Amino acid sequence: MSKLKFNILESTCVPLPLENTDTDQIIPARFLSAISREGFGENLFRDWRYDKAGNKNEEFVLNDPKFRGEILVAGKNFGCGSSREHAVWAIADYGFRAVVSSFFADIFRNNSLNNGLLPVVVPEEFLKRLLAMILEDPGTKVRIDLEKQDLTLLPTGESLKFEINPYKKECLLKGLDDIDYLLNIREMITAYEFRNTLRQ
Amino acid sequence: MGPATLFDKIWDIHVVRSIEGGPDVLYIDRHFIHEVTSPQAFDGLRARGITVFRPGKTTATADHNIPTREQELPIKDELSRKQVETLNHNCSEFGIEYFGLNHPKNGIVHVVGPELGYTLPGTTIVCGDSHTSTHGAFGTIAFGIGTSEVEMVLASQCVLQPKPKKMKITVNGSLQKGVTAKDIILYIISKISAGGATGFFVEYCGAAIEALSMEGRMTVCNMSIEMGARGGLIAPDFTTYEYLNRIPSVESRPDFKSLLLRWRSLKSDEGAVFDRELEFDASKIRPMITFGTNPGMGMAIDDTIPDAESQGEGKASFLKSLDYMGFKPGEKILGYPIDYVFLGSCTNGRIEDLRAFAQFVKGRKKAPGVTALIVPGSKRVEQQAIREGLDKILKDAGFELRQPGCSSCLAMNEDKIPAGKYAVSTSNRNFEGRQGPGSRTLLASPLTAAAAAITGKITNPADLLKN
Repeated sequence: MSKLKFNILESTCVPLPLENTDTDQIIPARFLSAISREGFGENLFRDWRYDKAGNKNEEFVLNDPKFRGEILVAGKNFGCGSSREHAVWAIADYGFRAVVSSFFADIFRNNSLNNGLLPVVVPEEFLKRLLAMILEDPGTKVRIDLEKQDLTLLPTGESLKFEINPYKKECLLKGLDDIDYLLNIREMITAYEFRNTLRQ
Repeated sequence: MGPATLFDKIWDIHVVRSIEGGPDVLYIDRHFIHEVTSPQAFDGLRARGITVFRPGKTTATADHNIPTREQELPIKDELSRKQVETLNHNCSEFGIEYFGLNHPKNGIVHVVGPELGYTLPGTTIVCGDSHTSTHGAFGTIAFGIGTSEVEMVLASQCVLQPKPKKMKITVNGSLQKGVTAKDIILYIISKISAGGATGFFVEYCGAAIEALSMEGRMTVCNMSIEMGARGGLIAPDFTTYEYLNRIPSVESRPDFKSLLLRWRSLKSDEGAVFDRELEFDASKIRPMITFGTNPGMGMAIDDTIPDAESQGEGKASFLKSLDYMGFKPGEKILGYPIDYVFLGSCTNGRIEDLRAFAQFVKGRKKAPGVTALIVPGSKRVEQQAIREGLDKILKDAGFELRQPGCSSCLAMNEDKIPAGKYAVSTSNRNFEGRQGPGSRTLLASPLTAAAAAITGKITNPADLLKN
């Protein structure tokens, strides 16, 4: 099954300078009873966005009309904690297409890549500068070119290379799917099982 | 071939194919699923019109989204009921073994797997749950995956995974009185931070780890994810064989003797190279407690909260966290009043945890202002506790033994800690709102939880331990 392709993204950014943002904050457990993948964006960062009575918390960045865009820029260790893929579904459903941080929790990163949400890892020092730039000028645009693996700050033209697994890059560029890949090698998997019957 | 780590030995023989410049296709020996992270994966199979590739290698249990009282009755919450029914339906449709509510084998997925003998040394295990790392206690590569990956395993019995780096954590020496496996792991996480092992798979070793029971080892491996590790494992030894030898379905296997022989080879070779090595001294570990909103924010129970200036770049996050908890930098929290106590979860919901708690509260009384949730990790743990009379000891001390489930660890059910209230919890996460919106979680061991339940305050259990 083909998935959404990712190539070039040019957008303003939403800054979230906090460290260790866990997936319980991204989508609290009480919203995990749904059995479909849709509609999680509504509750993205629910308890930071709204108070107990359901009123908007005006201080939270998603409620600040100054900050709009398809790129979320977050502090280090973003997406730690629970493996819930719902966190990625919520971020994507809300309208983000890439998340930039100095490092991501492993499961969150895998989940993102499996859903066409691009996790971009940048050095800590660069992240700090990027966040400061966005906070100072919310109109700051960033261009992410997956093919070239670079991220450019459009106001200054400063450009930076980022790492991505070549296989995953190919999948994102072409909208390919891991499951199609695995289904195509089922015979090889069966042969592996046969070789290992003695082992198990 | 040079000397290899235990992790490499297990990983390498499970690689079906290495993708050029990409992840490995890793074969999975055992797949566990539960109601919350599997429905969308089954929908994916249906959309593709495919079946489950190896239905016999997947086992399902309902644990995350179920009540811990009146499990005999239909689940009251409509969404929860529908989610559990969906799991039941998916398992029947695709031919998967399912332990639903009231099934004698039902329980938290990471408690059930080991006690049924599904968790075996040298195997690979995945589950759509980050605490799958628990199974590493048996010398197993076990890690949590997302729902897309659950679908991969259902479709092909494999996942695509980049091979993590390797970290060795040695804990030398022996533990002091009142200090448990939970304190070891909270101590390690407090030293290396909530993201300190991201990208790594950890092997735990050293005298203090070897001295732990299987239950204790599971507690340690369980929280590997809380420092960002992909998983954690411990080489199998006599303690492991003894545990497995007591499980009838394992012991009665015709190949048990040859399995034992193979398990003996499961250890890191002398001189094996790790990407990072850390050493700790067990005798320096005191009972631990967390004071913030990630598991790295922990300290010895009688220590003071660090000051904000020591946090560098993380200062803003640190202060936000303390503000949420209602604590101040430099403050001592020993003696601080608490409202709730939670004993349970895949971290500390096993029989040994219930025994430790019951032993501690025996002959004492629960503090009047404290609400306690005592939740066994599985039906078998519950039954064992009743056989041993732990339910009576608990009752006499003012506690109620509930029915099994994940309960207040993630509070998907009604077992929520109210906003602003403090809970000393034996679970694994103290994130904002983890135990209910506005809840304030203090992670600790079953002994520290028991001491808090009796005194109504944050208390060093070592001070109250009977000799």
